[in-house]
Amino acid sequence: MAALCRGRHRWKTNSLHVFTRNLTVKYDYDLVVIGGGSGGLACSKEAAQLGQKVAVLDYVEPSAQGTKWGLGGTCVNVGCIPKKLMHQAALLGSAVKDAKKYGWQISGTVSHDWATMSDAVQNHVRSLNWGHRVQLQDKKVKYLNLKGSLLDEHTVKGLSKAGKETILTAKNIVIATGGRPKYPTNVPGAMEHGITSDDIFWLKKSPGKTLVVGASYVALECAGFLTGIGLDTTVMVRSIALRGFDQQIAGLVTDYMEDYGTRFAWQSVPKRVDKLSSGALQVTWTNTQTGNESQDTYDSVLWAVGRAPETKALGLDKLGVQLNKETGKIVVAADESTSVPNIYAFGDISEGRPELTPTAIKAGKLLAHRLAGQSTELMNYNNVATTVFTPLEYGCVGLSEEEAERRHAKDGIEVYHAFYKPLEFTVAERDAKQCYIKVICERGGDQKILGLHFTGPNAGEVTQGFALGFQCGASYSHLLQTVGIHPTCAEEVVKVNITKRSGLDATVTGC
Amino acid sequence: MDPPDTLSPGLYDYDLLVIGGGSGGLAVAKEAAGFMKKVLFLDLLAPSPRGAERGSCSDIDSIRKFLQQASLLRQAIQDSQKYGWRFKQEVLHDWSELVQAVQGQVRSASLELKRELRSCGVSHLNAHGRIVAPRTVEVTDVDGRKRRLTAETLVVATGTTPQCLCIPGETEYCITSKDLLSLPRPPGRTLVVGGSAEGLECAGFLSGLGLPVTVALTPDLLPGFDQKTARKIENHMIVAGVDFLYRCSLSKVEQTKDATSGDSAAAPQQGREGTLRVTVISKEGQTLQKDFDTVLVAVGRKACTSDIGLESVGVQRCRDSGRILVNERDQTSVDHIYAIGSVQHGRRSATGLSVHAGKLLARRLYGGGSVLCDYTCVPTVVLTPLEYAACGLSEEKAKLTFGEANVEAYHSHYWPLEWILPARNKNSCYVKVVCHIPDHERVVGLHIMGPNAGDILQGFAAAMKCGLTKQQLDATVGIHPGSAQVLTSLTQTQRMSEALMVRGNC
Repeated sequence: MAALCRGRHRWKTNSLHVFTRNLTVKYDYDLVVIGGGSGGLACSKEAAQLGQKVAVLDYVEPSAQGTKWGLGGTCVNVGCIPKKLMHQAALLGSAVKDAKKYGWQISGTVSHDWATMSDAVQNHVRSLNWGHRVQLQDKKVKYLNLKGSLLDEHTVKGLSKAGKETILTAKNIVIATGGRPKYPTNVPGAMEHGITSDDIFWLKKSPGKTLVVGASYVALECAGFLTGIGLDTTVMVRSIALRGFDQQIAGLVTDYMEDYGTRFAWQSVPKRVDKLSSGALQVTWTNTQTGNESQDTYDSVLWAVGRAPETKALGLDKLGVQLNKETGKIVVAADESTSVPNIYAFGDISEGRPELTPTAIKAGKLLAHRLAGQSTELMNYNNVATTVFTPLEYGCVGLSEEEAERRHAKDGIEVYHAFYKPLEFTVAERDAKQCYIKVICERGGDQKILGLHFTGPNAGEVTQGFALGFQCGASYSHLLQTVGIHPTCAEEVVKVNITKRSGLDATVTGC
Repeated sequence: MDPPDTLSPGLYDYDLLVIGGGSGGLAVAKEAAGFMKKVLFLDLLAPSPRGAERGSCSDIDSIRKFLQQASLLRQAIQDSQKYGWRFKQEVLHDWSELVQAVQGQVRSASLELKRELRSCGVSHLNAHGRIVAPRTVEVTDVDGRKRRLTAETLVVATGTTPQCLCIPGETEYCITSKDLLSLPRPPGRTLVVGGSAEGLECAGFLSGLGLPVTVALTPDLLPGFDQKTARKIENHMIVAGVDFLYRCSLSKVEQTKDATSGDSAAAPQQGREGTLRVTVISKEGQTLQKDFDTVLVAVGRKACTSDIGLESVGVQRCRDSGRILVNERDQTSVDHIYAIGSVQHGRRSATGLSVHAGKLLARRLYGGGSVLCDYTCVPTVVLTPLEYAACGLSEEKAKLTFGEANVEAYHSHYWPLEWILPARNKNSCYVKVVCHIPDHERVVGLHIMGPNAGDILQGFAAAMKCGLTKQQLDATVGIHPGSAQVLTSLTQTQRMSEALMVRGNC
């Protein structure tokens, strides 16, 4: 009897669920978003604008070194924004050097003060945190500074720093908790003595002589601006740089960095990090080719060996939300839905998506529209342009040459390329041998553009317009028909005409 | 390399003879040589009072870019301190060092060009050409030596030269933009006469170098440009410290009695404050006198078509401007004579356009090509302190062409991330996308004002070739952080902005 009752009770519970759902259950919110980063904020604000009752939970677990920050997520606090500002600081250092060639009389030594820069950057980031708070208020989105986790498909638990619990129920739940930098697991001393990108932008004092471990864009961008502001910087690379990016271009980017003054330790893997009595950090590493061990001391060690999704504390396994076994990211469908109905995930947390702010923002807005029943439009993740803000900037959209060859075979593609020299470099007497353009097209027919790559000043600005070409089905013939804007660097993209196949010298000459 | 003295096998000395050293002419010449044609390129224009004028565009454009860069670097130096850079506060500019550096670059570019022409197989003469018979050109070199050469096809690419104000004292004391670098001393207090792009650029460069600049807007501010954006450029310059004189004209320029005497035929020598006195007459008829060290005239450019023999063979020109009338194939009224570049009547003047048109012409003549140059959607850039790049129609032109109700102009100010730390103005940078509503909101005009506007615009110009619509702009994911991405998320329209203003007046 008990068993029968129990069984019936269970059945009753399910039907009660369904029954009550049909009776328009009063959830606290139409939508609860866990994660107040680029994606989470965009989604919640858009949903609120469409008339939904929305709450967003944002909480920053301090880094291993104790760094924490406010609302806005990675981009605002420990990503794009502070990175670009520090990159600008480095660029301005070069500008000051160039200025002398243009007749500007700068006497005496030129030095850089970390604290002035970091104060200014941190103040700006704080103003953005504030700005986001205000925006959420304006759009009537409930903001809760709580660490969110899932209790069931409609219930979210929020935990405050003090340990106080808040329970919220929602019709739909969106997970946009992003990722955090990884620490290596097998290097003694890594976590105790090293920092990550979570910390670098919040340091009060200069990091000094720095070892950057890793060769992702995070590693190279950080090493780039550290070198640019005058710090002794070394990049330690296990195998290749900018994995996933066009490798020929990756080579140009790192070549430039080496010419620019960044040291590279190739084919090297750190073994241990020890703190010396002087306070300096002693790093021991192995060269994977020779097997030799080396040592050097640094003031700081910055780990940039990848990012891991923030899923551990979410309680996803209990609910059966499917995760990718390798990456740990949440598996999602084209509409951002997870394996559990009414739970969605997007941004850096979801599998197979570009880890970029603008895609997260756009995907978040489209998701909000779909959840409000206002549209069925899905996010198009194809041909998203991206830029790496290394000292020699690199902008690209579409396929790398390797990927294009994989998909279309070497004979199926035509690669147009050119080495050009920015006019401003000539008076400044700067070397431009890594300023390069590559346009990969389908061979034959209209020669549809498959991939476009540009290294040079303001690469991001140059690339944006060409990214549009992918929306419009641009072909090589469209480029040929476009008048070049003179004098700019970008005009070289529409004038590109030497193919790799021809083997001819691709250096641009004259007017 | 010099052309041979003996006639080559075949009817004419050359397949193609290009008169004029502009970039358009250069482009035709190089491209034609690529098709194994025998090409002669003459790059000397008629000697002017100040001496021989060199080939225009390539040099002038480089010089503009270098001057812009020098003035932008001043801003960069100031900004760098907000980013933590420390150096001795007072930073002065050495004009002669800049001049030397720029002239050095121009010289090496010139040598590079000569080398390139040689390796392309293009014969090049530093000589003046005048058409004396349908296929004959009288070539006069710098020594005065004359000879006659024949060619199957002629291309006129003589470009333009600055227009004069035609007032007393102009030839003796005033300079034009190309003379800037020949000044023996810094320009000092400068008056720029003319609101042309050229004038505003020069004013901007000099102001950016720390010199006091006044612009006399005669006749108009950036004629032909989108007027709302033109006003913004002007405002930006005013805030930067440039003085503007409106509704006036110059009546004469003379040396003040303080000026050192002797050498009165050449440009003013040792610069003492205000060695030139300019008499300005306001629209109301009042006379004003102002003193300057340098007076730069930039009231427009006129075509160099007056002494190259066009009349002798019946090449028709526009009566007012002197520019050559051409069809869509760049052909003049005489079949085998073509014109490329700013000499053409009714077309925009831009180096990029001339080069593009020149290449296409050569391909049509010798490469079996049939693609005509599209003169309708030409991207250009003005290197004013707030750089302005535009492609397609201005808002006014679009409304005139399609009717006001059929045009939607999306716009927005934006604040480049790099400007935040130095706290530069939030509402200077601006973009505008002009759309033709009935045609899927097709983008017919795109305007960008801000740093690196030219570099930003290029890709969008290519997209406009593909028939870019507003929807496609919106569907594109932006590159972050960056300024260009603002164009992918425009929601505010001019219509909305104006409606807001009207309501405010109630």
